[in-house]
Amino acid sequence: MISYIFIFLAILAVASALAVVISRNTVNSALFLVLTMVALAGVYLLLQAQFVAVIQVIVYAGAIMVLFLFVIMLLNLDAEKSLFNKLRVKYFVAFIFGVAVLAQILYSMGTVSNMLPEISPQMAQIGTVEAIGDVLFKEYILPFHIVALLLTAAATGALLIAQHTINPVTEKND
Amino acid sequence: MISIDWYLALSAVLFCIGIIGVLIRKNAIVIFMCVELMLNAVNLSLLSFSSYHGNVDGQILVFFSLAVAAAEAVVGLAIIIAIFRNNLSVDVSRINLLRW
Amino acid sequence: MNYLHDLSTFLPGIIVGVAGLIVVLIDCYKDDYKGIVGLTIASLTAALAISIMDLFGPTGESFYGMISYGGVAAFGNTVILFGTLFCVLISYEYLEAIDHNFGEVYAMILFATTGMLGLASANNLVMIFLGLETMSICLYVLAGIIKERKTGAEAALKYFLLGAFSTGFLLYGMALLYGATGSLDIQEIAQAASSDLLFVAGGGLLLVGFFFKVSAVPFHMWTPDVYEGTPTTLTAYMSTASKSAAFIAFITIVSRLLPEGTADWSQVLQVIAIATMILGNIIALVQDNIKRMLAYSSIAHAGYLLVGLAAATPEGYSAVLYYLLAYTIMNIGAFGVVAYYERQHGLDLLDINNYAGLGFKRPMMAVMLSIFLFSLAGIPGFVGFVGKYYVFAAAIHADLIGLAIVGVLASAASVYYYLRPMVFMYMREAHKDIPLVKSGWMFKGSLIVLTILTIYFGIAPADLSHLLSSYYSGDWIAQTLIP
Repeated sequence: MISYIFIFLAILAVASALAVVISRNTVNSALFLVLTMVALAGVYLLLQAQFVAVIQVIVYAGAIMVLFLFVIMLLNLDAEKSLFNKLRVKYFVAFIFGVAVLAQILYSMGTVSNMLPEISPQMAQIGTVEAIGDVLFKEYILPFHIVALLLTAAATGALLIAQHTINPVTEKND
Repeated sequence: MISIDWYLALSAVLFCIGIIGVLIRKNAIVIFMCVELMLNAVNLSLLSFSSYHGNVDGQILVFFSLAVAAAEAVVGLAIIIAIFRNNLSVDVSRINLLRW
Repeated sequence: MNYLHDLSTFLPGIIVGVAGLIVVLIDCYKDDYKGIVGLTIASLTAALAISIMDLFGPTGESFYGMISYGGVAAFGNTVILFGTLFCVLISYEYLEAIDHNFGEVYAMILFATTGMLGLASANNLVMIFLGLETMSICLYVLAGIIKERKTGAEAALKYFLLGAFSTGFLLYGMALLYGATGSLDIQEIAQAASSDLLFVAGGGLLLVGFFFKVSAVPFHMWTPDVYEGTPTTLTAYMSTASKSAAFIAFITIVSRLLPEGTADWSQVLQVIAIATMILGNIIALVQDNIKRMLAYSSIAHAGYLLVGLAAATPEGYSAVLYYLLAYTIMNIGAFGVVAYYERQHGLDLLDINNYAGLGFKRPMMAVMLSIFLFSLAGIPGFVGFVGKYYVFAAAIHADLIGLAIVGVLASAASVYYYLRPMVFMYMREAHKDIPLVKSGWMFKGSLIVLTILTIYFGIAPADLSHLLSSYYSGDWIAQTLIP
């Protein structure tokens, strides 16, 4: 049963990821990315990582992608006439590069399934909010603080860049 | 029971779709979405290793990578708005991304 | 664990981070730039003083092994804070002159510095990831603060897209290392390391991410454009403090995370180092824009630093640390003088042809620029020479003679483009009358201090290099491996 669910979710994720890359309309790309993320959240549930599955939906599909859609609609972008870069050579290079990375990664994974045969039985306890919170506020307290600073910095920086200028600069020759 | 290979292969495939998208698309927003796709693929790898090791550290890294992705999205979209104000386009081929 | 004791071990980072938050708060209610700059400088000075004291203090780990303190971490903090402090000192006047003196800029600098301090002390992949990202995200913003000009926004977009792309590789590397060893702690990973393909692939992807951050060839594409579009004094910050932080984390990774025998890591570093030195120096030869020239020179310097890493000996690592300090001092100085000349409105003083005849109009600035450029070129008597000497000596002692020869030849070629501005300044007639403004005491004073340090560490390098090699003395790998 789990295998069928996995196959369904995997095909959904890969197909919508491909659709992100090839759809002409930016809004469609964003919506397909939401679909990929929801499918991945389903895969996370199969891996018994409940907490991450939930925040994947809330933070990624909910917050980040809404921000994307908001910006796309704010900028009111038209569907592109020519979708990709003109240079055909670049396609080829991109494709070769992508396949090379894929091949290397898949090759390097050869030995893993012997090393890690099945989902660890402890996962039932580990994936919960309680277990993660326990570790997060003890061992990972310093990174947690730094993430707080990072989010503040990002909000401040976004304001700095996206706001209209207060005092216009004298025009310089570029 | 599915073996870990399948999860990792799914993650690698998504990562490579992301790479190819970044390299061939020319709309800055779509390029950025492909970067998010790459980060998602990595999160899947981390989670599957975490589940099969029975170790919580991987999930914590996923948590932090989600936070970083959010921060990156905020700053990145602000930059995209700024560049759109400048030349009314988010087309990177007009921005001359590779210059000596 | 004693929480207060742990906080005290990361005190410089905490001071700087809290100061950043206070700056954001002040900026909300008041347009008090003098107060904000004063607070920034005071907090950086305090943090610098603490980290200098930590240089001689005890070493260890805190926050459940998240960060290490003392020793190399303290030296890294010192270099980063020193670079940040001097960049802020020269930034105030420059940003005022180009009408971009926003309070948020200082907040971003302080937040980025917090990330760098975390990165330099990191002892865990989570800290490395977060430190690197905090630093990078703030730098993306700083690259784009002249958003009204096309170059500024493009610099930010280019830096951001390529930076986020490289983050993907970095994180994938970490994921594979975690998969191979089941831990994120650097010591535990090193103990569980094997020459398993998964481990090697993870290490390789991690290195790719770092090569991007330190702008090594072939991942250097962003550097010249980003350096050109960023305000000059912030370029100085980007090229010194962030590079120091990334290189110190790089030392941690190469020396402790990737043990010898799992793969030939030194070979990879050698190839990249040779490519970086040759390409950086050759392209710098043909640049007419002095900021782009300095950008390619900074790529070349990343190559010299990689030589020290490729040596993979304690001597090599301490040489890299010395070089980072030398590079910070002389590069901030060079960018500072360029920023001074650039401030003249209505004139593109980044083009090298416009430097003609400036040598006699403002003799002191011209002399200081000459000293910094001589030092960058590696002329004996200045700090840059000592740094290069240590790095190449380490390579020769590690039997990497070919690498050292390439380095010396590349560095000899670099003398040409470093001398070119001086030729223009002293030996050409001025095209037209260029009105040069006076600079304030803070700007001039910090450049004078940097000049003095360039000469002092060039003449008397011994004390510092003894201190640095003491960090790696004895059985240092065993010391760092046993918790």
